[in-house]
Amino acid sequence: MSDVLTTFESSLDGLDVATTRTDADGFAEALDDAIREPAVGVPLGLDDVSLADTAVTVDPTATEFETARTGVTPVGAGIATYGSLAVAADAAGSEPVSLYPERHVAVLREEELHADMDEAFAWLGEEFAAGRDSYVFATGASATADMGEMVEGVHGPAEVHVVVLER
Amino acid sequence: MSADTRREKAAHIRHLLDTEGENVRENASHFNENRYDAIDEFDEYEELRTTVREIKEDAIERLPELIETVTESVEANGGHVYLAEDAADANQYIENVVGDAETLVKSKSMTTEEIDVNEQLETAGVDVYETDLGEFVLQVADENPSHIVGPSIHKSRAGIAELFNEQFDPEETLETPEELTEFARDYLGERIRDADVGMTGANFVVADSGTITLVTNEGNARKSAVTPDTHVAVAGVEKLIPTLSDLQPFVELIARSATGQPITQYVTMLSPPVETPTLDFDEPDTPLSESDGDREFHLVLLDNGRTAMREDDQLRETLYCIRCGACANSCANFQHVGGHAFGGETYSGGIATGWEAGVHGQDSAAEFNDLCTGCSRCVNNCPVKIDIPWINEVVRDRINHNESTEFDFLVEGLTPDEEPGGVDLQKRFFGNYADLAKVGSATAPLSNWIAGTAPARALMERVLGIDRRRSLPEFERETLRKWFDARGGSRVSPADADREAMLYPDAYTNYIEVERGKAAVRVLEALGVAVEVPDVASSGRAPLSQGMLATAERHAHDAYADLAEHIDAGRDIVIIEPSDLAMFAGEYEKFLPDRSAERLDDNSYEIMEYVYGLLENGGSSGKLPAGDGERVAYHSHCQQRTLGLEAHTVAVLEDRGYDVLTSETECCGMAGSFGYKREYYELSMDVGSELEAQFQDEEARDRTVVASGTSCLEQLDSLLERPSRHPVQLIDPDR
Ligand code: SF4
Repeated sequence: MSDVLTTFESSLDGLDVATTRTDADGFAEALDDAIREPAVGVPLGLDDVSLADTAVTVDPTATEFETARTGVTPVGAGIATYGSLAVAADAAGSEPVSLYPERHVAVLREEELHADMDEAFAWLGEEFAAGRDSYVFATGASATADMGEMVEGVHGPAEVHVVVLER
Repeated sequence: MSADTRREKAAHIRHLLDTEGENVRENASHFNENRYDAIDEFDEYEELRTTVREIKEDAIERLPELIETVTESVEANGGHVYLAEDAADANQYIENVVGDAETLVKSKSMTTEEIDVNEQLETAGVDVYETDLGEFVLQVADENPSHIVGPSIHKSRAGIAELFNEQFDPEETLETPEELTEFARDYLGERIRDADVGMTGANFVVADSGTITLVTNEGNARKSAVTPDTHVAVAGVEKLIPTLSDLQPFVELIARSATGQPITQYVTMLSPPVETPTLDFDEPDTPLSESDGDREFHLVLLDNGRTAMREDDQLRETLYCIRCGACANSCANFQHVGGHAFGGETYSGGIATGWEAGVHGQDSAAEFNDLCTGCSRCVNNCPVKIDIPWINEVVRDRINHNESTEFDFLVEGLTPDEEPGGVDLQKRFFGNYADLAKVGSATAPLSNWIAGTAPARALMERVLGIDRRRSLPEFERETLRKWFDARGGSRVSPADADREAMLYPDAYTNYIEVERGKAAVRVLEALGVAVEVPDVASSGRAPLSQGMLATAERHAHDAYADLAEHIDAGRDIVIIEPSDLAMFAGEYEKFLPDRSAERLDDNSYEIMEYVYGLLENGGSSGKLPAGDGERVAYHSHCQQRTLGLEAHTVAVLEDRGYDVLTSETECCGMAGSFGYKREYYELSMDVGSELEAQFQDEEARDRTVVASGTSCLEQLDSLLERPSRHPVQLIDPDR
């Protein structure tokens, strides 16, 4: 287990975000445990795992999207010191799928973890150069204190869960 | 300013203290404390401040080039860029883009407040919805933001509940923060779903990739930007930064400086038009992958006075501001009265003076500019190292010069300063205080008796706006310098001395607080220092704080001429009044050649800092009285703390065996002449009440009170029954 992963997990813990570690074999089960149904998602784009074996509806219709309780997306990177997730504003719809449902389940490969902002921005620079130039660094649940006290889940998800595919 | 105007101003402030003060104070102080914690834990803070300052200086320098770059990059991405000359121009363009759209949803943006785009669009028949919850509350209440980051911090939960229940008449009465948030989310969720256009601001715009960066917590900016198929981003031209790598240090600083979070929930970096599929809720069965995906993006870059600010040597720095609100949160006056008093048409807090003067004109800045007392508590807290008090002083000076009248020559002949006649009499009075103190002392005690009579106080209140509830400092007939000469000068001769020092006889120490000067002389001598107390020009702090820059500058030249000779003679310059030291260490770099300012700064010490240095370098404290565990409550001085010199006083007192408790408030509320002014007396006392509460609670009630600044001592005298004195008086061998 790497230090970066441990740091990442403890940052997420501080944000009230749970992490599940798994591998290709355990993925489908771990993911099904992490979602609340109905769940929608975008293709993970990974070789060894896919949402096909899970309860997640991929490429949802507008109605399915609106009624979903969970949105599952891959994330391009994780930033260990901050517990941030890099969600791409891509053609597959990662941005709305991670944003609208009350629960966001992010799938991340351990290799995609970066220790800090320096590393994360170096990675982001490469992504921009490759034409993938729209990302959101999401850190914890959506929140507001505008109504007098901190309330989670305003316009964005109230709960976030990260599934890490270990090396 | 007329007596009536002062009275109205005072009434307005009192009204805000009563209605909004408590909420603003709670929220702004909360942000402030969180920021201190976040910065304490963040080792790279100072390094990143230097970096972002350099990036901003460079970006503003290269602004025309960056505008060209961003235009090319956004157009290459498939979007449009419009450079709007002013508010009307921007609004016209936006109205054309919006066309016959019915609904537009917005995320929080001060720049769109600056141009009043909502009103314009509503007149054109578009329904505009603010989706940030704080902004939504204000839209429903029809009020203006009271803070640049937390626009509705002046409202309480109960107030918002009442407002929503009245306006929306929900089936179940709304009460808790959860219920209110849920209601607003559902209401706004539908508006976002149906909207034709989404409008956002931008915290940063990366020129070479055309990336709009939005720093938010709620998620509404993301939704507003990508749900409707048209996105309009409105940003001041100063938001441009050259490349993506320049963005990183800002991302790491902005949230820490604003709310004390390490990072906000969402840092959205979009290079629109984005590839995200458009969501068509009217076609329920269409899968995401088959949405048409046609998106339109417009970046409206707003000038509205910014080019002129860029060309203005004094206002340019304002353009480096990233609008984190730290200067407001760390400001005692702001914490108490909020942005509805401490703010202009759009912006609020210390830096608002620069923004308002630049984008709306000096009249808007003139409304609230005096609320910046120059205490400098914000200076170390600004992530881009803007000299916020200086901007306030410069604009105050310009306002003074604008208010000239045809009778100016009369006043000009009668006052010893360099200012035109239009300068307000009250400002002239305080700005020329050093000269006045000289006369007051020469004619004491008569001057004290006369000044203390009821008719004199009434007259002073009417003509000069000096609040009659304040007791006036009493002039001493025997000045510090006279006393020093009468005792035969220094008791330690330079031949026997380890060091030689020139004790700077500021106007307060020389004419009013003479005892602390005597104590300082004796302490220095006890530590083997040969002392001189010569006649030296006053520092210029008083005229500077009234916005009388020409006068302040003249003082700076005179004082430097006097002091340089002592430095050449190998004497250290020792200063009792922290505001004068801060002047030498800070503002003199604006008035004097760099080398002169540096030389003075290098050779000047605050009295307790100097004592600390002597003791650290092997000086024996044996001749100074021991504290024997005496319990002390110490209030340092704002500018002294900004210079990082509070700790030295504490260390010296602890070394002598005192048990020291330090104050926790940003400022005592007096801040030089501020607390004397009729229009600000009540605010000053309200700010002071925090210090009073701390020094009157169980932990502090029986403690001896000490404070470093004259005005702090005067404020403490009016707040507390027990007397207060300067810390050097505790270690006076004659005590
Ligand atoms: S002046 Fe500095 S502290 Fe104030 S809002 Fe701007 S960046 Fe923040």
